[in-house]
Amino acid sequence: MYKYDNYDQAMVDARVAEFRDQITRRIAGDMTEDQFKPLRLMNGLYLQLHAYMLRVAIPYGTLDSRQMRMLAHIARKYDRDYGHFTTRQNIQYNWIKLEDCADILEELATVEMHAIQTSGNCIRNISSDQYAGAAADEVTDPRPWAELLRQWSTFHPEFSYLPRKFKIAVIAASEDRAAMRLHDIGLELIRQDGALGARVFVGGGMGRTPMIAPEINPFVKADDLLSYLEACLRVYNRYGRRDNMYKARIKILIHEIGADEYRRQVAAEFAHVKTLGIDPPLAELERITAFFAAPAYDAPDVEPDRNDPDFAVWLDQNVKPHKQAGYAIVNISLKPIGGIPGDATSQQIDVMADLAEKYSFDELRVTHAQNIVLPYVAKRDLYAVWQALRDAELADANLDLISDIIACPGLDYCSLANARSIPVAQKIATRFADMDRQRDLGELKLKISGCINACGHHHAGHIGILGVDKKGVENYQLTFGGSGAEDVSIGKIIGPGFDEDGVVDAVEKATEVYKALRQGDERFLDTYRRVGLAPFKEAIYG
Amino acid sequence: MVEFRYRADEVTEQPSVTLDAFLDQSNATAVRLEPDDDARALIPFLDRLTLIEVAFPKYRDGRGYSAARILREAGYQGELRAQGDVLVDQIAFMRRCGFDSFAPESSLNPDAVARALDNYDHAYQGAADSVVPIWKLRHG
Ligand code: HEM
Ligand code: SF4
Repeated sequence: MYKYDNYDQAMVDARVAEFRDQITRRIAGDMTEDQFKPLRLMNGLYLQLHAYMLRVAIPYGTLDSRQMRMLAHIARKYDRDYGHFTTRQNIQYNWIKLEDCADILEELATVEMHAIQTSGNCIRNISSDQYAGAAADEVTDPRPWAELLRQWSTFHPEFSYLPRKFKIAVIAASEDRAAMRLHDIGLELIRQDGALGARVFVGGGMGRTPMIAPEINPFVKADDLLSYLEACLRVYNRYGRRDNMYKARIKILIHEIGADEYRRQVAAEFAHVKTLGIDPPLAELERITAFFAAPAYDAPDVEPDRNDPDFAVWLDQNVKPHKQAGYAIVNISLKPIGGIPGDATSQQIDVMADLAEKYSFDELRVTHAQNIVLPYVAKRDLYAVWQALRDAELADANLDLISDIIACPGLDYCSLANARSIPVAQKIATRFADMDRQRDLGELKLKISGCINACGHHHAGHIGILGVDKKGVENYQLTFGGSGAEDVSIGKIIGPGFDEDGVVDAVEKATEVYKALRQGDERFLDTYRRVGLAPFKEAIYG
Repeated sequence: MVEFRYRADEVTEQPSVTLDAFLDQSNATAVRLEPDDDARALIPFLDRLTLIEVAFPKYRDGRGYSAARILREAGYQGELRAQGDVLVDQIAFMRRCGFDSFAPESSLNPDAVARALDNYDHAYQGAADSVVPIWKLRHG
């Protein structure tokens, strides 16, 4: 894992001091809320329905046990004893007091953490593949590149007042576990003629106008990457729309001028920017990469004993193959049936930290599906890990099943919401509580957003649910056929919306149609793509 | 009114003209750029300009940051002024982008400005100022 040097630490410490000063000025009335807003947003502080919400960055979703314990400590000391892991691999606290914020950031800084650029119209936390470093299918570990980008984008003087927020994801595997092409910039690291570089996709996003990012450059060399990204962002900063907040994302610019014209402008800008000498030498990427060296694997290649049937079920569902023989990737579901997707109590966070320290070379990951990963568990330890998870109510064996729902905070917390998301997630999970039934349905990614901003990724759901406001009543639209993976697609609305119970019924009917029509080992998504909407529509509305 | 200026030379007395007026006529030596204006249009004339004023009608509109860098990258040495909705907490970024004078619409507390400019000893990335980026410090 990356470790701060004195420079990194000084940057974060200076930020804490600066934000303390800003909060003091705000509380003293030297600054209006309107002037304070962009500043607090650049420190991840939102004003929600009931309280301030603080979003803490977990760069590319990677953290160690010490950092994880700090997250538990903050939940305990400053919040209501729980935290919410988000689709952007961060954590949010929902009940924060403004006057505590500087202290919280100061405590975070002691473990090399911060809330820098977790909101605001700037370059946000860089997201990545939660299996990075452990996945068998990766070309390289994408995290050193993500760290390079984290540093480059931190307090970027030119790109801190962009037309709109800017999200970058980096992956390095053929399987896309990070919804890379649904980001403003998606980078896929590839090898060409022996050298590593990035395929650059620009202009993806969700929100009210979902778009899949087109490829803008098939290969940018490692030592050109920052110049190229500066060029991408400068064109956007200069020409992205600022007249209408809903049209301000880079996807709209690219849609309006076309990918070819954008590519041409970026190429011209790049030719200029490249002369400025802003690209660090490859030695800097190498310095960072050294921190991500493979752990000292030493476990024998043994298969775990499957005698305990509950353990065997979990093993099959939540444990994934590792690139190192004798090791496995463990997914910890934060989706207990009837629970709030992504929430974890301080005690659970501590348990996960302990397990990481003891069994996973001290590392954890947060996934964009709001779960936690232990990336380096020896197979011989899997049973012990499972038992400890079970005791902490963290052993739900539902990874990628219908109850592994992504849901945004919705009307329970969010001031922009049209409808609640959490209760719908709870009802659906409860309806499908029977695990045999869920397993029979197989991989089925269900995602819920409480409004068109799409924080819950509903556009990318095999089944998506969107809360809308219909004459003052909460109403839910269903979409089918989305995917955030390498087979990326945007879901389509299937017809008129439903009330809360109606949408649960409709989802159940859709699963029945799937069961009746599926061929071989088709997933719900595959069957839907093959047969189209008609049979589903007939069953649901017929 | 210019409240903060980080240059040794004399303040230009000549009032600035719009970009269109400048390109039309002109022997003016001071120009004012609005957010919509293309800073690159000035590149052929940088030698004879002593002041370029970049307007920030709203602090949220960050186009002026790119305009400033573009002008400095093209070799402009004259005064580069940020005018308008310029707030304490933007000044450090503006300095890094090449601005060296500030005419905020509403007056700023000089102590707060001094603290904001002094807060960070280093920066991660190269920009239009003379700050040596951290990666360069690391690799000598
Ligand atoms: C409760 C406070 C929140 C507010 C006020 C909020 C606001 C917004 C808004 C306005 C957008 C649309 C942006 C646009 O289209 O330009 C958006 C998108 C998004 N938000 Fe949130 N959000 C909140 C919470 C969350 C949470 C908890 C998560 C993660 C679980 C999240 C993740 C996202 C994602 C992934 C998107 C889609 C990004 C895209 O448009 O490409 N947000 N949010
Ligand atoms: S999707 Fe809408 S309701 Fe849900 S968190 Fe985002 S802004 Fe709030």
